[in-house]
Amino acid sequence: MRFFKKFSELDSALIPEGVKRCSFQCFLVWIGILHIPILIGVVATVMCWGLALNVTYLNNNYPFGLWIAADLGVIALGAGAFFTGFLRYIVKIDELKNIVNYAVVIGVICYAAAQGILGIDIGQPLRGWFIFWHANVHSMLTEVAFCITCYFVVLCIEYFPLILENRQIHKFGFPHGVAHHLHEAMPTIAAIGVFLSFFHQGSLGGVPGVLYGRPFAFREGFLVWPWTFFLFILSAIACGPCFTILITRITEACARKRLVKKNVIDILAKISGRMLVLYLVLKTIDTLYWVKVAGDVGAPFNSFYANQPYGIWVLITELGILGVIPAIILLIKSARQNEVLLILACLLNCSGIFMNRWIMTVQSLAVPVMSFDKFISYHPNWVEYATTFVFVWVGAVVIMLSYRYLPIFPQEKELNPL
Amino acid sequence: MKEVHQDNKRHGKTYKYGMVVDLDKCTGCGACMVACMAENNLPFRKENTNDRLTQNFWMRVYKISNGLSFPDTEICYIPRPCQHCEGRGHHHGTPCVSVCPATATDYSHETGIVSQIYTRCFGCRYCMAACPYHVRVFNWWDPRWPKGMNKSLNPDVSVRMRGVVEKCSFCYHRLQRARNKAYAEGRRELHEDEYQTACTQACPAGAITFGDLDNQKHKVYNLKDNPYAFRLLEKLGTNPKVYYLSTKDWARKAGEVFVGNEGRG
Repeated sequence: MRFFKKFSELDSALIPEGVKRCSFQCFLVWIGILHIPILIGVVATVMCWGLALNVTYLNNNYPFGLWIAADLGVIALGAGAFFTGFLRYIVKIDELKNIVNYAVVIGVICYAAAQGILGIDIGQPLRGWFIFWHANVHSMLTEVAFCITCYFVVLCIEYFPLILENRQIHKFGFPHGVAHHLHEAMPTIAAIGVFLSFFHQGSLGGVPGVLYGRPFAFREGFLVWPWTFFLFILSAIACGPCFTILITRITEACARKRLVKKNVIDILAKISGRMLVLYLVLKTIDTLYWVKVAGDVGAPFNSFYANQPYGIWVLITELGILGVIPAIILLIKSARQNEVLLILACLLNCSGIFMNRWIMTVQSLAVPVMSFDKFISYHPNWVEYATTFVFVWVGAVVIMLSYRYLPIFPQEKELNPL
Repeated sequence: MKEVHQDNKRHGKTYKYGMVVDLDKCTGCGACMVACMAENNLPFRKENTNDRLTQNFWMRVYKISNGLSFPDTEICYIPRPCQHCEGRGHHHGTPCVSVCPATATDYSHETGIVSQIYTRCFGCRYCMAACPYHVRVFNWWDPRWPKGMNKSLNPDVSVRMRGVVEKCSFCYHRLQRARNKAYAEGRRELHEDEYQTACTQACPAGAITFGDLDNQKHKVYNLKDNPYAFRLLEKLGTNPKVYYLSTKDWARKAGEVFVGNEGRG
């Protein structure tokens, strides 16, 4: 009991001044609950590494499955970090300083998740470094690996001053100074992050786009970059801020208080809406052109949607329900300022991005290419789900720790005076 | 051996090994598949022998039909090894080679053979996604053979570990062996019959012909120009080096891209 009391005192000492947090007991209970699915995920991961990938439902027809789709998805969702940083430090939208910290935390989690999933997905994890050592400069995956790793370092550098600003650490002169200097350098760091992000978001689009043996995925393009390169950048920019808004609202619901002012959220929602409209216009043009190009190699448009569950509804849902509807909500001021509609738009937008990534990877493999190929369906098994979602639960723990001990929300004190 | 290679390179001597499969002769007996598995040390598991999604074959025989009901039904078998695609141009290299992030697969401009470096592959499976022929397979399991069978493994072919991709190599070890022999005998040129793949030799109907597609002395040189010759998915631009012959129009059409009537195979 005395031991627990000591920890409780330590916990109180670490909480930022002037803000209220739940009791230490309550915090521990939630952390404990989250560790149950984390443990299941760890067991599944050990199975993948120990027993080989036959424990999944991946097979020779579906070398890519939930993991790759989730990988591409979380990186797009994590784009809120670089894009908010770009808007805050380069475009100089000052209000965004109130959410940029949280966008960085979300970004760190997303990128760590992407790398973690890849570590499970590859057949020989101990050889993962070969991608750097024996790099094939013509491969889009090489570009992805280099840019994601570099950008993850940038994100950690952006996250680091937040840790140094913890109440107890900040008392010391040296960490205080480091945090100050890092803040000073933040525009430069953000600019590097933007540069790297453009390349890896784009090269993730290039991963399916260059597959000229797969008419469903293949796109022509500009120089070495297929059109999907540019569409992936734009779609990530369009959905990243929405994911930041969504997680902020979930955090506020859990904390039972406002943490960010409405005008800040509104700026992000408005920009996200405009980007989404631009993306939808270009995606529609791309789709029409793709129909023509695929037709030239003998693959008619309807052949891509001839096999259930991948019927034409996939295209309608992706572009219509998960694209046009959130775009309309985010564009109309009165609609996006309605809390329910805003959350709905963010949910649809984020689901749309995940669906797009699933289509570009898994559906690309599902569509038969040879005329005598048979359509074979794929659905992930519990091992794939558990190892993918483990990063959601770990992310929740990181958010809980960051929210509890670090001054992430500059407006919290003002919005919630003690 | 190395000298023969370098000598060839110095004189710009290149080969373009390829295959011509006569579908009118193929009976679908599967001898080519068995020979390939034995020659190249492909593992198999008793309980999963018929599982074509996780069981690995380098050579796979597809059965297709003209889709008509009795008495007009016609059947054709398509043996499908690696197509050893040449691709077209710099940006459209061999589909699987250009995407591999760790340079674990390579297109040899000297032989026209697409190789796989098992010890460098880290199992990302991007090459499998890139290949429209389902030629590349992944080792989902640790390799295992029934008790005693490991004693009959081919010492010229390395056994692959789990977690890496593998595929047909046109029995490249046989080319190396033939070159060694030629070098020992003071020759630089190989005779056509000195380098033949296991599937070619095993085919009881003589449906498979193998050789240098650019060498007028080799049978494949003329066979590939047969008016009934076609290649799989030609329009995609993969430029494969495996040709098929069939006098049946519907069988030749099977080489085209999927158009929606799935399940003909």
